[in-house]
Amino acid sequence: MDDAQAFEQFKQCTVKVLGVSPEQVTMEASFAEDLDADSLDIVELVMELEDSFGIKVEESELEGVNTVGAAYELVKGKLA
Amino acid sequence: MGVRRGQVGSLVSETKRTVLVTGGVTGIGEATTRLLLEQGHRVAATYHRRRAQKELTDFGEDFFEVHCELTESESVAAAVAAVNERFGPVEVLVANAGVTEDTLLLRMSEQAWNRVIDANLTGAFRLTKAVMPQMIRARWGRLIYVTSVIAGMGAPGQANYAASKAGLIGFARSVAREVATRNVTANVVAPGAVTTALTEVVSEKRMAEMTAAVPMGRIATPAEIAGPIAFLASEAAGYITGAVLTVDGGISMGF
Repeated sequence: MDDAQAFEQFKQCTVKVLGVSPEQVTMEASFAEDLDADSLDIVELVMELEDSFGIKVEESELEGVNTVGAAYELVKGKLA
Repeated sequence: MGVRRGQVGSLVSETKRTVLVTGGVTGIGEATTRLLLEQGHRVAATYHRRRAQKELTDFGEDFFEVHCELTESESVAAAVAAVNERFGPVEVLVANAGVTEDTLLLRMSEQAWNRVIDANLTGAFRLTKAVMPQMIRARWGRLIYVTSVIAGMGAPGQANYAASKAGLIGFARSVAREVATRNVTANVVAPGAVTTALTEVVSEKRMAEMTAAVPMGRIATPAEIAGPIAFLASEAAGYITGAVLTVDGGISMGF
């Protein structure tokens, strides 16, 4: 999977779980400020990403992950 | 003149829901399973040793019994998966199954303590974890935990049981706060003494003492607990969350 495909898949998950428009899902977007996501939204998004990409994200890895870019980097780092 | 549906509690239309009742073939669980079936829901009941009687199996397609060891996460996950396959996502959980191992604290082994906490409290944790993603996705869910007035009153010989049941209240209320925005409620029903297998082992003298302490002067039938559980599962209870509903003939007033 190339970078563009992976981000597209990431974007689809985010749109589905957070109910935002695709244009809002930019690397700089903050989950809390720009996407209006609360802590439970983030957990739901993580579960969706785990299912979609077939990865496992540990609780400790989520610390400091506040933006789409940071979350995407976390997911990308787990793709073989 | 038309009263709009949904305007008044009793007129809110009931959707057919998928319910999971643990320990759903005996005692309070059996009465709950039966009432919810009568109300037209699909009910999956977990059993441990005893299987369902004819009164439940007669409901046919809407009834399903599945074995479950609440002390094993894999068994809980497998039971929920079996319900999903048969009925679809669980919408109402009635965490009812419970065990006792009564003895005075001085004689209580750490194993007896752990076994009761594991089944009653950690079992509820395992169940909730297994059904919660489905409820959150559906933006509708009812988590109902059956505790006991002993949670608040304490009882000699039941330190492990009381601790497990009191733990359920804090657990339910924390969960209630976590998922409230997703239209998932978590409530607790706290029965007093009820005529079930758990009270059959209580001595006659102790039973007479317990009855004497109840303002209503009698012990509840399982059906009298099932009614309030079914209410909390209903559309009419949609704005109730984090509540402890005592159903005890008045024994614990003020708890």
